[in-house]
Amino acid sequence: MTQQNAPNEALAAKLAALSGAEVRQTDYAAKGYDLDVSLTPETLVPAVTIMDEAGYFLETITGVDWLGEQAALRKAAEAAEAAEAKARADAQAKLAEETKPETTGSESAAATSSAAPNTAPGTGADVGTVAGAGAATNSGSGTATKTGATPAQDTAAQVPPPEAAPLPEDEIEVVYDFNRFESRHRVVLRVRTPRSQPQVPTILNIYPIAHWHEREAHDFFGIVFTGHSYLVPLLLPEDADFHPLLKDYGA
Amino acid sequence: MNVLPQCPIDEYFVLNLGPQHPATHGVLRIKLVMDGEYVFEAEPVLGYIHRMHEKMAENRTWTQFFPNTGRMDYLHALAYNHGYACLVERAAAIEVPERAEYIRVITAELNRISSHLLWFGAFVLDLGGFSPLLYAFDDREHILDLLESVTGSRLTYCYFRFGGVANDIDDDFITGTRAFIKRMRRRLPKYHALVTKNIIIVKRLKDIGFIPAEMCRKYGASGPVARGAGIDYDVRRHEPYSVYGRFNFDVPVYHEADSMARYMVRMDEIEQSLRIIEQALDQLPEGPVMAAKVPKTLKPPKGDYYHAVETARGLLGMRAVSDGTNTPWRLKLRTPCFANLLVFSEASRGMLLPDALAMLGSLDLVIPDIDR
Repeated sequence: MTQQNAPNEALAAKLAALSGAEVRQTDYAAKGYDLDVSLTPETLVPAVTIMDEAGYFLETITGVDWLGEQAALRKAAEAAEAAEAKARADAQAKLAEETKPETTGSESAAATSSAAPNTAPGTGADVGTVAGAGAATNSGSGTATKTGATPAQDTAAQVPPPEAAPLPEDEIEVVYDFNRFESRHRVVLRVRTPRSQPQVPTILNIYPIAHWHEREAHDFFGIVFTGHSYLVPLLLPEDADFHPLLKDYGA
Repeated sequence: MNVLPQCPIDEYFVLNLGPQHPATHGVLRIKLVMDGEYVFEAEPVLGYIHRMHEKMAENRTWTQFFPNTGRMDYLHALAYNHGYACLVERAAAIEVPERAEYIRVITAELNRISSHLLWFGAFVLDLGGFSPLLYAFDDREHILDLLESVTGSRLTYCYFRFGGVANDIDDDFITGTRAFIKRMRRRLPKYHALVTKNIIIVKRLKDIGFIPAEMCRKYGASGPVARGAGIDYDVRRHEPYSVYGRFNFDVPVYHEADSMARYMVRMDEIEQSLRIIEQALDQLPEGPVMAAKVPKTLKPPKGDYYHAVETARGLLGMRAVSDGTNTPWRLKLRTPCFANLLVFSEASRGMLLPDALAMLGSLDLVIPDIDR
């Protein structure tokens, strides 16, 4: 068992060494894959090279359009914040109720005012964690921390007017499934790219099958695989200028 | 491969194979740049019967998508049923009763044999032999009758359900299947005597159409194409889903990597499928064929899930992303023929056209499976 696991762990360590990479072991029985790796577009090609050298084959490339994810995250964060604020207000009311007979009004006011700045950033961070967790369950991905971090910082920095921050842009996720012939070890690489200008480097020179998988992802999502010389429609009509799997494309 | 030369020298010419050509077994077009009788470039042109199953999935509930699964690889529809059922059962954590698992294996393996028989007939037909097709279809008819009696359909099956199968099998089906196993075991030596040892077949297939192991890996080719190249890879063995782990069967592997090797892999697989069915019938437990508690509106928890099965053509992977509603947020279908066809462009380079066609036949392509 350990002998089998050794190369898997070496591979995970290699992938984790890439900058910005997040590696998580996943439960095969529940998920259907063993290793889940989130990458930035810059580290995709080195990561795929590692997979190639380790003798894996590319099963497929999947695009996922996360339209509305940021709005949902914001909503969840706001709801969490509102709940937090309500709980705090209740607690303070309760505290005020309890302490009323013993302390004077000025003392309790000073206590709350000194407590408020402490709790506010704390809450912001809490909201951030909630948002991060939400994104993780949403996509099962580690880029969650990236997306989660932005709203967290936003809310923390601008606690007085929370509406002011513009919504971060929704993203398209590109998922690469790898497996190997010798014994099952499914590795999932994930890359996220902004929805308005989706761009991911091509891996066509490492795995020739990516030629078609990338063309298919370009057909359906409009993802531009930079370096791919022949991004003409594969499955759609040759003059197709629409991307049917985008969530805002009516069916 | 990317940009086809527009006939750089006078000697090159472009030949369209398809989209309606008997050798492509469906609506596939291959743009061939020919150097005399030799293939210089082959570019498959897809999409003639693209139906966008993946978008359909996003506009249906998980259950409503089920009939679509039988319409991709229509020759081995039950494997696609199986893959999708397993995927959603994994996502929604549904337990399947033992008996249902056995019935799934029996029917899916019968379907695999029927798929291989059709391939066998059509492949030999491609090479100019007509009568083996009639023998193969005669045998296949028995399977279709058996499956019709239990599933209600003869081709695009939608028999599996989340948590089990639609109907229980009866004694007639079991005796019929046992009779078929006996019959098929007598027929296979005849096939080998008639076709495998036929000198014309041997000359057309042996040492022709190389698809080496490394090419299979680079292109993600799987199934008999990979096993014909010496790669011992079968999803049923490597990640046993359903109850495949309980049966004794061999994974036929041939190292020659030529068209003959792929032919032999499929012929041996028929035998192995018979073995699996026989064992499954012997071990068939009593009990229900549907899980007791399957929610009417299925809402798998948020997250993404993957499940792979072995179809007659290779590795079928399905990746689902659930947003916690009753509709898939995304369903990706990784079909085996898609990967197996691109290998053809590289492997056919420099081959004689008739040999390339023989190799195309040995890949066992189903076009709706490529286009989806």
